[in-house]
Order: sequence, then C-alpha cells, then structure tokens
Amino acid sequence: MISKGLRSSAAVAAWLAAGTALANQYNLQPPQSIIAREIYDLHSLIMWIIVGIFVVVFGFMTYAIVMHRKSIGHEASQFHEHVGVEIAWTIIPFIILVLMALPATKTIISMKDTSSPDITIKATGYQWKWGYDYLQEGISFYSTLSTPREQIENQAPKGENYLVEVDNPVVVPVGKKVRVIITANDVIHAWWVPALGIKQDAIPGFVRDTWFKADNPGIYRGQCAELCGKDHGFMPIVVEAVSPEQYASWVAEQKKKMAAAAPDPGKQWTLDELKVQGEKIYAGNCVACHQPTGMGVPGTFPALSGSKIVTGPKDAQVAVVLNGVVKDGKPTPMAAFGKQLSDVEIAAVITYTRNNWANKAGDMVTPAEVKAARK
Amino acid sequence: MEAAHAHHGHGDHAHHPYGIMRWITTTNHKDIGTLYLVFSLTMFFIGGLLAMGIRLELLEPGMQFWRPEFFNQLTSMHGLIMVFGAIMPAFVGFANWQVPMMIGAPDMAFARMNNWSFWLLPVGATLLVASFFVPGGATAAGWTIYAPLSTQMGPGMDLAIFALHIMGASSIMGSINIITTILNMRAPGMTLMKMPLFVWTWLITAYLLIAVMPVLAGAVTMLLTDRHFGTNFFNAAGGGDPVLFQHVFWFFGHPEVYIMILPGFGIVSQVVPTFSRKPLFGYSSMVYATASIAILSFIVWAHHMFTVGMPAVAQLFFMYATMLIAVPTGVKVFNWIATMWKGSLTFETPMLFACGFIFVFSMGGFTGLVLAITPVDIQLQDTYYVVAHFHYVLVAGSLFALFAGVYFWIPKWTGHMYDELLGKWHFWLSMIFFNITFFPMHFTGLAGLPRRVPDYNMQFADFNFISSIGSFGFGLSQLILVYVVVKCIRGAGEKVSDKVWEGAHGLEWTLPSPPPYHTFETPPVVK
Repeated sequence: MISKGLRSSAAVAAWLAAGTALANQYNLQPPQSIIAREIYDLHSLIMWIIVGIFVVVFGFMTYAIVMHRKSIGHEASQFHEHVGVEIAWTIIPFIILVLMALPATKTIISMKDTSSPDITIKATGYQWKWGYDYLQEGISFYSTLSTPREQIENQAPKGENYLVEVDNPVVVPVGKKVRVIITANDVIHAWWVPALGIKQDAIPGFVRDTWFKADNPGIYRGQCAELCGKDHGFMPIVVEAVSPEQYASWVAEQKKKMAAAAPDPGKQWTLDELKVQGEKIYAGNCVACHQPTGMGVPGTFPALSGSKIVTGPKDAQVAVVLNGVVKDGKPTPMAAFGKQLSDVEIAAVITYTRNNWANKAGDMVTPAEVKAARK
Repeated sequence: MEAAHAHHGHGDHAHHPYGIMRWITTTNHKDIGTLYLVFSLTMFFIGGLLAMGIRLELLEPGMQFWRPEFFNQLTSMHGLIMVFGAIMPAFVGFANWQVPMMIGAPDMAFARMNNWSFWLLPVGATLLVASFFVPGGATAAGWTIYAPLSTQMGPGMDLAIFALHIMGASSIMGSINIITTILNMRAPGMTLMKMPLFVWTWLITAYLLIAVMPVLAGAVTMLLTDRHFGTNFFNAAGGGDPVLFQHVFWFFGHPEVYIMILPGFGIVSQVVPTFSRKPLFGYSSMVYATASIAILSFIVWAHHMFTVGMPAVAQLFFMYATMLIAVPTGVKVFNWIATMWKGSLTFETPMLFACGFIFVFSMGGFTGLVLAITPVDIQLQDTYYVVAHFHYVLVAGSLFALFAGVYFWIPKWTGHMYDELLGKWHFWLSMIFFNITFFPMHFTGLAGLPRRVPDYNMQFADFNFISSIGSFGFGLSQLILVYVVVKCIRGAGEKVSDKVWEGAHGLEWTLPSPPPYHTFETPPVVK
C-alpha cells in the first residue's frame, strides 16, 4: 500500500515537474522579481482578454461561414449599415483598452523608479562580451561566453546551458535593490534577463539605468537582445543571486583576486610562459573574428597568420592591439583592447600571435614594453 | 501575356512596339501593372530563398551551414528584399492595373513617369542583390540598419543605401501618380464616397508614402555621410546620438507598416462583398477607419523603441496611442464579418484567402495588442514573439491579401479562369504551413529566444525544428501560384464573362475580359 502510494505520488511529482517544464517552454519564464511578476500577470490578463475577443469575433465568423453559405441555399440580405452596432463596436473596445492600460501604467512607473539602490553595477556592452563594474565595491571584470567552440561546431555534445553560460557571472545579493547602469563601447547592445523582468538597450556614449530585486537565490540567464554584429547570439548574461552573507564573501574574494592579479612588476616572463597565457587570451578575445586557425574571414576579418603587422616590428602590433584600428575616422570591429586587458595579457596575446601558425618571429613582447607603449 | 495580347489586339488601337521594347517603352497602365507584379513575384522568390537559408541554419542547434556574419546578411536582406522588393511593388502593381479601371479613367495621370517609376525598381533590386558579391558581403545590420552597427558595415551597406534611395524615389513618383489619377480622373458621377474601397485605401496609402519615404531617404543619407564624409549624426563621440537614427527610421517605419497593409484591406474589402453577394457593411466607417489608422500611424513610432530608455511619460504616450489603433482596426474586422453575416457565401480561392487574411491578420492584431503594453513589450521586444507578430500581419496579412487579389482579378486580366482546384491547394497549403512556421515562434519568444541569432539553447530546439519544416513547406507551396498564374496567362482555363463573378460590382467588371489595351477612352457615367 505504502509503496503504491509512494509510487503514485512520485508519478504525480514527475508529471508536475514535466508540467512546469512545459510551461517554461510555452510562456514567459517564471518571474523572480516584483517587476517580472507584474509583467507576467499583465501578460496573462491580456491573453485572457484576447482569448475572449477571439472566441466572440470568430464565433460570429464561423457561424456565418457554416450557416450562411450559398450551397445550403442561404439567400443574401442586403443590409449594409447599422448605426447602433457600429457605435457599440467602437465604444466597447475602447473601454476594454482603458481597462488594460490602467495596470500597465502602474507597472511602467514602478519600472522607472531606480531611486535609492542598495548596489549599483555598471554593465558595458562590447562586441561581443559584457563588462561589469561594481561602483561602490570597486570590482571590475569581463564576462564572456564559456560554451566551448567544439559544442558550437557540433564536435562535442551540447551542455544544458549551451550558449547561456559565462566565465564570470554577475553576483548579487537576494532581496536588495540593484541598480544597473547600462552603456556600450561600440554598437548598441541590450542587457536582458527575462526572469528578472529587465531589458535595457546599451547605447554607446549614453548611460541608461534600470533596476531589479531578486526574490530568490538562483542563477538567471539572459542574452544580448539587440543585433550587435556577428556574435550577437554569443554574448549571454548570467546573474547569480545569493544570500547577503555569500555576497559579502564573494566581494571579499573578488577584491583579493584583483589585488593578486595586479602584476608583479619584477617578474621575468619567458616566451613559453607568455605563449601559454596568450593562447587563453586569444581564445577569449580574438578567436571570434581571427578564427582558431589565425586565418580570419576573407574580406571581413584579416588573417593574423602571415600578416604583415604580426610578422613585422613589435611596436606597430602593440599599437594596433592597444588602440584598435580606426579607418576614415571611424572605429572598425578591431576594438582598442588597451582598457580591457592588462599589460601582461596584451604582451602574452601578442607574443602568442607572433609565434603561432605560420608566424615564427621567435621574439617576445614583454609587459614592460606594453606599459611603455601605453604612454 | 503575349498570347492574351494577340487575342485582344484586334480593333482596339493597340499601337505599341512588340517584344522586349513593348515592356521597356510602355506607358500603358496595364503593361506597367504587369511589370510590377512580375518584378515583385521574382523578388518574393529571392527573398523566400534567403528565408529558407535562415531556417536551414536554425533547423538544429549548433552552427551547420553558414558563418554567423553570413546568417546576419540573410536576415537583413530577407527583410529588405521582402519589404521593398516584394510587398510594396506588388501593391503598386495592383494600383496600376485596377485604379484606372475602377474609377473609369483611361490610364494613369503621368504615363511616362509611371514607366520611369517602374524601371527604377530593377536598378534598386540589382544593387541590393549585387551587394552579396562585394567584399564583406551584403549589409548584416538587420533590415532596420541601426547605427552605429551600420556604420561598421562594408561596401554592401552603401549599395543598400543607394537601393533604398532609388526605390524610395520610385515609390514617391508612383504615389504622386496615384493621387493625381484618383483626384482628377474619376468618371463623371464617381464622387469620393462612391469610390471602391481599394481606391480609397490606395489614396490614403499614397499620402503616407509621400510623407515618409523622404524621411527614410534622410535617415540613410545621414548614415551615408556618417560612413564616408566625417559627419557624426549617430556617433556619440562626435556629439551625435545613435538613438536619433531609430527615431527617424521608425518615423518612416511605422507608417511603412500601414503602407504595406492598407491596400490589402482594400483588396479584402472588394473580395468579401463579392463572394458574400451583399454590399460592404459600413462603407463610410471603413473609409474613416482607414484614415484614422493612417493618421495614428504617425504618432506611435517609438513603440518600436520601448527599450532604448525613454522617460516614463514618453512610454505612456506611445503605449496609449498604440493601443488606440486597435479601435479602427477592430472596426474593419467587424465590418468584414458583418458583410459576411447573412450573406450567400461561396468560397472560391479569392474568398478563401480573404477569410484566411481576416483570421490570421486578427491574430497578428491580437499579439500587436500584447506588444503595445509597454512592460510586456520590454520583455518581448527583439524576441521571436515579435518575429511571429509581424509575420502574422505581413505574410498572412499583406501577402494573403495580395494572393486574394491575384485570384480575384486574374480572370479579368487574362480572360481565363484560373485552376480552381490548384488555387484551393495553394490556399490550404499556405495557410497550414504558415501557421506551422510562425505559431511556435510565439512560444520561443515568450520563453526567451532573442531574434536575429544563428544558434540557440537546446530548450528551443523542438519549436525551431517545427518552424523550419513549416517554412520549407510554405516556400514550396508558392510554386503552385506560379504554375496557376502562368497557366492563366497562356490562355489555358475556360474563358470568362465580363462580370466573371456572380456577385461582382464595379466599373472594371463592365469591361470585356480581358480588357482591351486602352479602356474608358470615353468616360463611363456613374449613377
């Protein structure tokens, strides 16, 4: 008896789980903030109104199609206006619209209220990754797609979070009001986390803001929502909501990490050390355009393998990586990495490109040289 | 066309060159209408091919066929070609054929300009298609070519800008022609409020075109100078504003949406009464509703931009204005259904497409209402929900209305009845495959799939697979249309009477089928 009861409740639980999984596929994601909840409810309300109108309007149409056919001998009447009906079907929709607009107005006003936040995070869109700065805590990092290329190119099975996983997620405390200041570095992107109910375009040269307060601990995933070039589909957003205590320890850890990451100016790097380091930087920042083969994409992104700049004098290449490429006064997709990468990272990635593929320069660029070139 | 022409060429003073020169030099509204329709059908298939390229990549998760940058070229060019190459010219083709015959005019007002406005189109289209073959390929900034992404593009972008200039000039000339014809060349007794609704909707559409095509030209010219001549309209570093581009673009773009649907409303308003054997219900309210939609279309543009971060007051204004459009649009749908009510209905292919139009267009209208609600739109903007929404109004709306118009008038144009059985197959296959393709996109959009991405999480795999299969079916079904049309033009199919349809009313049905090369040289009198 007991086992039977257990089995059936397990079956019910499985069915419920399947039901929610299905709901996630057919509807907005389960809301995790007050704004997301209001949006969810607004959408449900309007869906029901629409279903009601649909049934009435197409009920009439279907009735006419079935009952008023010539083939069953229906004769046409010749009426062609009716003032009362026409006024009614102008006024009634108007009243329904007013009823829909009222709750929406309330939500718009609360969405816009970014005052008195507990934490302020600046999110910057880059082609194609996100940069985050915790303004009070002084933490800064970049967040790039962590799905391996083999999965994208169908050489490895795809993971559960395929294309919606990053190396460094945004960590926030549960129940605190987080203001997100959003901007971009190159073109327009959009910072979107569906479960938290926020989407805001990131506009280069302008700053916009929005806010959220996560209800529950969890990992919330979103993607860039504004076409921003080639890898628009490959710059996800991951927000991890944790308890305030966990958040405090995460902040402390990040600060320690940042202090440790500050380069030891005395360190003497060898070519091999730089190459190993550089390969990682290349995979995170360069590979999307210049390709793993270093061959680029003909006509769009130049090859590095055999390139005149990469095989030529070091300072020219350092300048390109630091300052980007500007053509006719306009920035090109070759961004300025000077602000994004440290001296060590730039030295490493340049050393890597000079000594990989067909390039056999055999020399290395040291962090000190990069530092000097910055001035 | 040649066969049909040879047939009716006797005794109607058709002095014109033969062969290719007939089409290049023609100033005849019927010839030019045919050219527009053939051109738009060609572009429809090119645009459709690009769409299938998109769906091929999206068939399964992972990158299989294209590189992401080429995928973006496909989505961008699919949009540009369908909007500027297929839908808009098709409606102008209908206007050319039908407006003079429906108002009792001998031809369009500016016959030579009419020739010129058509022949600009193949030039623009060639630039668009050729842009795939320049270094860097076609523009990949979306059909909305938002700056500053579009300033990054290669020479393909410049070709697209020139194409938009040229096609815009063509549209403006076409509109001037249509307005002048309608206002000055109506037969005696045909007052404005006696005009067929198709003529009314085109009159209003032509005003919209004249108002907004120059705005688009301005936007793309600013883009061009930003790209090449050192201006900074859309570059914040130089004192410009990227959002300015969106405001200017959508000030064009929203009326453009109605430019692509209002003549469709007109066609449906001709077809539904004919096959209901009953006059159109609420004629004057139809006219006022069309005018209201046109006027409102100028004050709703920023609903495409709810996520740029406008002040709350602006969001509220654009939300209320957008919701208001539901009222006149609803009036139209109610009027069509009231026209069918207590009629004596038959369901030949034009009526099937018109009913299909009412059904699917209303679905697009419903999702439009959902998207009008700013907070919900912020969640759904730039997702597949929006893709579903605008394909419901544009494919199932504009395109189905165009199909209804083709089946409705092609017996008149060619003198031969189309193949009814194949027409019905075309309707049902289009209807079913259309919904298989686009209905699941509502779900993926709600669940969080952004648009314009070449790859997606496994969670969206099933629906994308279904959509892709549906799109291949939809694309292939359109070959039926080509077969039916070619068959009609070649004179297969039984000969039709002047009136063609039992319930037909209007001047074009008083003419022989096919109509002689020149018609209404002496204006008819409308009582």
